[in-house]
Amino acid sequence: MDSRNYPFDASSLAISAKIVIAGGFGVGKTTLVGSVSEVEPVNTEAWMTVAGEGVDPRPDIGKTTTTVAMDFGRITLHPDLVLYLFGTPGQPRFWFLWDDICRGALGAVVLVDTQRIQESFPAVNYFENDSDLPFIVAVNMFDGKLAYGLDEVREALTLGPDVPLTTCDAREPESTSKALQELVSHTLKLTVSYGPDGPLKGS
Amino acid sequence: MANMAMRSKRIRLYALTGGRTRPRHHLLLETLISAVHDDHQVSTSLMPELRALYELARQTISIAELSAQLTIPLGVIRVLISDLAAQELVVIHPTGFTYQYDRIILERILDGLKKLPV
Repeated sequence: MDSRNYPFDASSLAISAKIVIAGGFGVGKTTLVGSVSEVEPVNTEAWMTVAGEGVDPRPDIGKTTTTVAMDFGRITLHPDLVLYLFGTPGQPRFWFLWDDICRGALGAVVLVDTQRIQESFPAVNYFENDSDLPFIVAVNMFDGKLAYGLDEVREALTLGPDVPLTTCDAREPESTSKALQELVSHTLKLTVSYGPDGPLKGS
Repeated sequence: MANMAMRSKRIRLYALTGGRTRPRHHLLLETLISAVHDDHQVSTSLMPELRALYELARQTISIAELSAQLTIPLGVIRVLISDLAAQELVVIHPTGFTYQYDRIILERILDGLKKLPV
C-alpha cells in the first residue's frame, strides 16, 4: 500500500485492525510485539507526554528501562489489511490509557509470567470486569518451561471456563502468531452471524 | 455535509468518512490516513505541523505512527488530522471496528496470520 496514483480513490482504501497485548510489568509484552512486527516496536515514550521518571525498575530481573506508556508493532496481513499490536502500559498509574488503547480492538491477549503471576491480576481483572473485548490468556514460557500446570494458572487467576488459556514463547514469531490466531478464533466464536432465520452463533 | 455530492466521484462517501456516520472524526490509534493528492502547493501553504502530517500521509500511515514519528501527542494529532480531513486533504480509512469486526474481516485476519512467514 506504499505506492499509488493520485488522486486517492476508493480502490486504495485499506482496513486497519488492532489487537491489545496486555499483562503486568516485565511479562514480555514488548518481546511479543517485536517477534512478529514488520517494524521495530515503536516505543511511545517519545509521543506520550506522560513523565517517565521514577518508574519501577525490577532489579531481580535486571530490567533497568521500562515501557513508559505503551509500544506497538505492525503486520501487513494483506495489501489492504494491516494489523497493529498495542502493548498496554505495565504500571498501574497509566490505567487511564487502557480505554484508549482498547477502543476499537478485536480483542486482547493477556500475557502471564507464572513466576510473577500477581503482575497480571490487574490486566485479567480489567478484561473480565471493565471491558467488553474478547480476550485470551497466554502463559509466556521463559526458557520453554512451564513452571505450573495450566489448571493451576487458571485457578490462580480465577479465570472463567470460557476464557481460553494457552501457552506461548513470546520470543518466537511462530508461537506468537499462534497465540494471536487463538485470539482471533475466539473472537470469531463470539461473533454472531445473521442467517435467514435470525442470529446464528458462530461455530 | 451538504456539499458531499460536489466532491470528486472518484472518492466514495464512505472513503471520506471512514465509514462513520457520526459527524465528529473518531480516530483510533490504528486508524489509517492517506493524503488525497500529492500537492506541493498545498503542502507549502500549510502550518509546519499540518505540513509534516500531510507529507507523511503520502504513504498510508496510522494515527499512532504519525504521533510517534513526529513526537506529537496523540490528542494533538487527532485534532490536526480532523482539520486536514475537514479540508478534504486527507482520507480517513475505515477500521475493523467500523465494520464491527464482521466474520469476513476476522477470517481474513486469521488467514493472514496463518500465512505469516514465521
